[in-house]
Amino acid sequence: MSAQDLVARAQKWSKEQPWRLFGSQISILVRNEVRRNLFTRRRIWIYLLAFIPALIILTHDIFDRYNIDPAQIEQDTLVLAGIVQLYYFRLGIFFACMAIFTWLFRGEMVERTLHYQFLVPVRREVLVVGKFLAGAIVAIALFETAILACFCLTYSRFGTAGKSYVFDGPGLGQVGSYLLVTALACVGYGAVFLALSLLFKNPIIPGVVIMGWEAIAPIFPSWAQMLSVTFYLKHLCPVSLPITGPLAIFTIVAEPVSPFIAIAGLVCLSIAILALSCFLIHRMEITYTAE
Amino acid sequence: MTRDARQIVFENVSKFYGEVLGVNKVSFSLGPGITSLVGPNGSGKTTLMNLLTGLIRPSQGAIYVLGLTPHQPIEFFRQVGYCTQFDSFPPGTKGYDFIYWPLRLHGFGRDQAAKLTNEALERAGMAQVARRKVAGYSKGMRQRIRLAQAIAHHPSVLVLDEPLNGLDPMARAESIALFEAIAKQGMHVIISSHILEEVDRISDRVVLMSSGYVVAEGQIREVRREVRDHPMQILVRCSNAARLAAAAFELDHVVEAKILNDGHGVLVRTRDAEQFYLLLNKIVSGGLVEVDAVAPADDDVNSIYQYLIGSDGGPA
Repeated sequence: MSAQDLVARAQKWSKEQPWRLFGSQISILVRNEVRRNLFTRRRIWIYLLAFIPALIILTHDIFDRYNIDPAQIEQDTLVLAGIVQLYYFRLGIFFACMAIFTWLFRGEMVERTLHYQFLVPVRREVLVVGKFLAGAIVAIALFETAILACFCLTYSRFGTAGKSYVFDGPGLGQVGSYLLVTALACVGYGAVFLALSLLFKNPIIPGVVIMGWEAIAPIFPSWAQMLSVTFYLKHLCPVSLPITGPLAIFTIVAEPVSPFIAIAGLVCLSIAILALSCFLIHRMEITYTAE
Repeated sequence: MTRDARQIVFENVSKFYGEVLGVNKVSFSLGPGITSLVGPNGSGKTTLMNLLTGLIRPSQGAIYVLGLTPHQPIEFFRQVGYCTQFDSFPPGTKGYDFIYWPLRLHGFGRDQAAKLTNEALERAGMAQVARRKVAGYSKGMRQRIRLAQAIAHHPSVLVLDEPLNGLDPMARAESIALFEAIAKQGMHVIISSHILEEVDRISDRVVLMSSGYVVAEGQIREVRREVRDHPMQILVRCSNAARLAAAAFELDHVVEAKILNDGHGVLVRTRDAEQFYLLLNKIVSGGLVEVDAVAPADDDVNSIYQYLIGSDGGPA
């Protein structure tokens, strides 16, 4: 078959089955982007961000290995809940998503390679979705692995008691909730930072503003809180932290909502922000000298 | 001008970067064949090409490429290949992958994309080094791998921004032959260059640009005729400038002979350079003047612009 025939055949196929073309394009974009984002030395600090708590728990396990009391399980469960809710959701996942998702487009602007993505027969919306999925896969894989590692290290040191807590007690349910909330956090923050990177040349300052907003959102009316990612996450956390004083603002749930509404709410918020990104990408121009 | 399915049409296109002018009120249409955009650095050639391919949007006006706009990316980028001037590549990319993956995004299957990739690599003379990382390529090789990517999907419109930059004479000749072969297939090939001589031999049509304006456009013969009639400037560094200037003025074809400010040379404007060089030889052999250096003062394209657009840089 000649090259011309190949071209004609591909054109015919994409005209007849545009959705299959979009699907295939998204899978190729995801593959290339995951490779670029996950397996690179530049991302080492994100791995550290994800695995530092696991390393701390591991160190604690090693130095405290002769002082194990099964009665401590409840206390360690609270410590783990604190690590997940205060460190991962507020800092770790937040900053990692900021790095991963803002780099998807802005990084390509800095590296002067975005024009290659704009010169192929790919709708820009498809490009946004493909890159977003790639970022989400990277962030979810990284932080779910890290949280799973923290969970295993927390309970494995208790031996039989730990095993019993996990498999016969609330342990499995808790880790399931943590993994779900982690995935939602990555999707929610990811959508926010992707949109910020399309809105601003330097998304760091708006990112800090978002961080501030996420922290103080609980003092605002509930309709305003719905514009915060942590509003939805807090309702899905399996363990309540007994924090009092000013820090309670990070954990307090003013108006409880059902898990279903929390999940659906965050997914809807993320889709709305992604739709905004799809709109913004059409305004984007390749002006590397202005970067 | 309308959405002609065989033409590339610019309708009153302007592009401003804030208050800075990119291009202003550009209107023309291009048919198949090789068209050269020629102008000095900063004249708006790249802006025009980026507008054509949708990398930037016009502040006003409209552009149609074979009746399509970049807002229809699937149809548009099947027809258009753009070899940009940006000398940057995705980190860690190998030459082969640089061509193969965009082809997959076109909707080609694995085998089809591999076949087209190999064909493009062969045409660009890059098959031998395709498995190496692009970061290790020379400038000329990077230029050619970008060219290979631009032609891999057999576009109908090929846009090449300074495609001969960084190429050695052999690669330059091969690339020119490739452009000519592509144009002969009935494709539109648009080449930018800041050196008119570089492209005038292969161009069917030329668009001369300066400061964001199209200052001349048409068949290459017409523009060349204008250039040929333009008096040539020759700079002579010599010991007795006044004597040389006086001798030069006796020739009919000498339009102007200006003694340099330092008094050690003459700038001669002549319609017949060969005759002037003969006179110069005679004067030198007669020992009347000691010549240190002789150089054409306007071999570059800037002098042509000076002639075509005047000294203020505005439109003709």
